[in-house]
Amino acid sequence: MPKFTLRHQLLQLISAHFKEIIREPGVIFWGIVFPILMALGLGVAFTKKTDIVRTVAVISIGEIPSDGVTLWHRLENSANVTNLTWQETSGHLRLTIYNDKLGNSTFIFLPTSWNEAMVMLKRGNISLILEEKNGKFIYHFDPLNPEAQLNYMKLSRVLNPLEKKPVENPGYIAPLTVTGTRYIDFLVPGLIAMGIMMSSLWGISYGIIDKRTKKLLRRMIATPMRKSNLLLAIIIVRFGMNFLESALLFIFAFFFFHIRVQGDIVALALVFLAGNISFSGISIFISCRTANTEIGNGLINAVVLPMMVLSGIFFSYHNFPKWSIPVIQKLPLTMLADSIRSIFNEGAGIPEIALPTAALTMIGIIFFLTGLKIFRWY
Amino acid sequence: MNTFRHAETVINVDNVFKSFKQVKAVKGVSLQIHRGEFVALLGPNGAGKTTLVEMIEGIQKPDQGTILIKNRRWKGHEEDIHKIIGLSLQETRFMDKLTVVETLTLFASFYLLPMSRIEEIIELSGLQEKRKSYVVNLSGGQRQRLALGIALLNKPEILLLDEPTTGLDPTARRDIWNILNQLKAEQATSLILTTHYMEEAENLCDYIILIDRGEIIREGPLEKLLDDRKGNKTIDFSLEGDLSAVHFNPPENSFQVIWDPQNARGTLTMHNIEKELPDFLNYLKRNNLRLQNLECRRTTLNDLFLSLTGRQLNA
Repeated sequence: MPKFTLRHQLLQLISAHFKEIIREPGVIFWGIVFPILMALGLGVAFTKKTDIVRTVAVISIGEIPSDGVTLWHRLENSANVTNLTWQETSGHLRLTIYNDKLGNSTFIFLPTSWNEAMVMLKRGNISLILEEKNGKFIYHFDPLNPEAQLNYMKLSRVLNPLEKKPVENPGYIAPLTVTGTRYIDFLVPGLIAMGIMMSSLWGISYGIIDKRTKKLLRRMIATPMRKSNLLLAIIIVRFGMNFLESALLFIFAFFFFHIRVQGDIVALALVFLAGNISFSGISIFISCRTANTEIGNGLINAVVLPMMVLSGIFFSYHNFPKWSIPVIQKLPLTMLADSIRSIFNEGAGIPEIALPTAALTMIGIIFFLTGLKIFRWY
Repeated sequence: MNTFRHAETVINVDNVFKSFKQVKAVKGVSLQIHRGEFVALLGPNGAGKTTLVEMIEGIQKPDQGTILIKNRRWKGHEEDIHKIIGLSLQETRFMDKLTVVETLTLFASFYLLPMSRIEEIIELSGLQEKRKSYVVNLSGGQRQRLALGIALLNKPEILLLDEPTTGLDPTARRDIWNILNQLKAEQATSLILTTHYMEEAENLCDYIILIDRGEIIREGPLEKLLDDRKGNKTIDFSLEGDLSAVHFNPPENSFQVIWDPQNARGTLTMHNIEKELPDFLNYLKRNNLRLQNLECRRTTLNDLFLSLTGRQLNA
């Protein structure tokens, strides 16, 4: 009968940890399906052209003017304009402005009182109040609200045809639809980077803390097992899972959104490896002495949440104050996301990503060695 | 007579102390365990049993004193000692989504054992029908048998079991005892078993160490500990009526009463029943106390512990 060897010991540890993960249906959902759903949801929301429907509160004050010009009349008079239609349903007026390039905009005019309109405005249900006063229209909106401004510009063109001041010649509008410049091109590399961070921190840190809480860690090292084999197995399994999750997300984005890697694939592999090293090291450090999962939750969130918010995964971090940008750019998640993005969208190669890759690797090694030095096995 | 006391010493604990912040968990404990001997560390919860065993296991370091495993200190000999000991910790939980056979295979790989050992252990621990069940789906008793099986994988010379049957029903407890009794018959393994069940200590072990508040309060072979009390009778009694103000204050050189006000029950230890029982009954009469129940039985380890500490083992 064959005997186990040290190589078998490592393989057994890898196999055990891998089985532990893949046999948990929640892991498959949150690790693989959820990022794909997120890419799908956000990608569709911010990439596909869809109709915009907005509600506008209408307040009528005073008698119908002698010239009989009301909102209804204005819209009737506008009916000869080719790019819009209006209809009356259930006492509401619906105005649709068609635009092939920007998508259609539908305005629902809701007759109401001033007080009710203010409540709706405060709740965010509307952004514009239209006051019809003796045949004139007054637009009430927050000038700092870009959506309200846009609604005003669109509506005023129809309702006040003589005040056609805003430059809206459709010929000047050129929506960007080239691969690499769409929101989904920005999003997917960010999601891959975030997936590596989340999966490493929750998979490695939480896994180790959980084993410590269950006393499994102390039970395992009360055998001749090599401690390095245990940590190596946990990190290798997580690396494999991260690769699987990222690959599936990319394949989905490739077929559904036609995402392409425009840069060097070797550079991408190096950045991916560096990202895994970085977050594995941070994970070992977080879990090195944490006694229970409650504290572990807090610690992991304390690391994950700021980076999720600041590192420009969903939206550019350049909207943050100028002084904070250099700091944000040095966060591991920012370095990873920016590097992957530059390879995907800007055609970057090894020279462009060498510095962040080296920095990520160093961060991982420093945190790993520090964590190992103070690691509490019991 | 415990014949093991003349065999080779496999564990030697000498004047060991251990404190946690303000709590002195172990206070100057010394003990020896010999080859093939089954020893029970018997004491209530919080007595310091687990801390002592964890120091023997190498998990905790003593503040003072020495621990030798087969004449070797832990420091510098971890790998050698790990190879010869097997242990089961209190409430260890293995990986939920591994099967019984996968869990055993994993641990067998740590000891570099032949794979045939896994089948032997599955049979020994009676888990044949559960070999492909996930650990999470095992009952408490089955999990404990798996933990014991893992502890026995490497055919350990020294087996350390920390409360292996706590929380189990009587049948599951007896299953564990049967496995350990099989092991005892082979006389190749020394066992330290911590427990607060006196039946467990009586059933499995040749040598009993009573421990309380970090100190050994009595030790010896089971028969000797109980023989010391030969001729003693233990009487349990309960009283009727309002007992809130009852205090026993018997005359000197008379019977001794340990009164449990919560359960309205008392225990008497009598050295001379012919003299002391009438004294006791007269005492009750003088104090207007009426007997509800009175029962005479053999003296147990629990009685011994009660007489030494004034507290029950399972308290």
